[in-house]
Amino acid sequence: MHRIPIGTNILEVNEQIAEENRQIFHRRGVFVVNMMSAPGAGKTSVLEETIKRIRGNYRLGVIEGDLMTTLDADRINALGVPAYQITTGTVCHLDANMIHNALHGFSIDELELLFIENVGNLVCPAEFDLGEDLKVMVFSTVEGAEKPKKYPVMFHEAEAVLLNKIDLIPYSGVSLEELQSNVLDVSPEAEIFPMSCRTGEGIDDWVSWLVRRVEKAAFRVTPSGVKRARSE
Amino acid sequence: MHELAITQGILEIAEREAAKHNSVCITRIKLRIGEFTGVVKEALEFSFEVIRQGTMAENAELEIEVIKLCKRCPNCDEVFESKDQFDFFCPRCNAPAEIISGREMQIEYIDLD
Repeated sequence: MHRIPIGTNILEVNEQIAEENRQIFHRRGVFVVNMMSAPGAGKTSVLEETIKRIRGNYRLGVIEGDLMTTLDADRINALGVPAYQITTGTVCHLDANMIHNALHGFSIDELELLFIENVGNLVCPAEFDLGEDLKVMVFSTVEGAEKPKKYPVMFHEAEAVLLNKIDLIPYSGVSLEELQSNVLDVSPEAEIFPMSCRTGEGIDDWVSWLVRRVEKAAFRVTPSGVKRARSE
Repeated sequence: MHELAITQGILEIAEREAAKHNSVCITRIKLRIGEFTGVVKEALEFSFEVIRQGTMAENAELEIEVIKLCKRCPNCDEVFESKDQFDFFCPRCNAPAEIISGREMQIEYIDLD
């Protein structure tokens, strides 16, 4: 018997492919956002509202992840934005290789901002780097104020946490203050945006923050400090 | 159940290392899994039972060491562990702290015959 020290990360292969994805995106100046949430929190609705507000500023693309159907991609296509649907069958998360394969589905040279809508799941997607620049979590207030403590990893990994469906707070009895405080307990640096896709409240704040975050990305700035020119 | 995908990753790495050392028999795989990951020890063990059939690790023992979530305060350098629940604020100065361990998902070593 002999012992072989290894010390490698179990998700090494995923991380290598994610890094390749990241380089592919950065060389082309594409900023990538990974949107995560439980099923039904409103990822696609948030995307629709976001797209409506920024489609004049950026050339957009969306990768949709679901176990089945192309319903989400159809909703995005209806807004005039190219969407590529990944159906994972039974797999509960997107991984870097699925994204890599999806890149053949549309020309990333023509994109500036790519949203990846992950499979609805509060646990697994947090562990799989896709090559994104920004992780965003959508959480609907009706899911309950205690969830950040029960599922802390995804909240911790997300740079921004969008608290959707605040219009339902009067009916659900969930305390927004308690929810926000629980998010900050597990993710002290998180940017929190209470919002409602139904009423439109709070969406502009999130979108302004997103635009600032995209503009701040170093790879979108040329060595002379001038932002990459739009080729329109 | 992403533990299946993770177990697949473990076996791929272990088999590749075994082949490098001209062995076809892995007798033990030692993992270090942080408690602040989305990985459940029991689910990992179950996935391993299912997936190891017909591999070089068919008779291997899986040993999982769970690594405590440990944080450091960037403000006062206090290092602290989680108590009952995950809390990311420094107990001394209340600044938001950084994770220094608890996010591991690592194969520490394998034993070969």
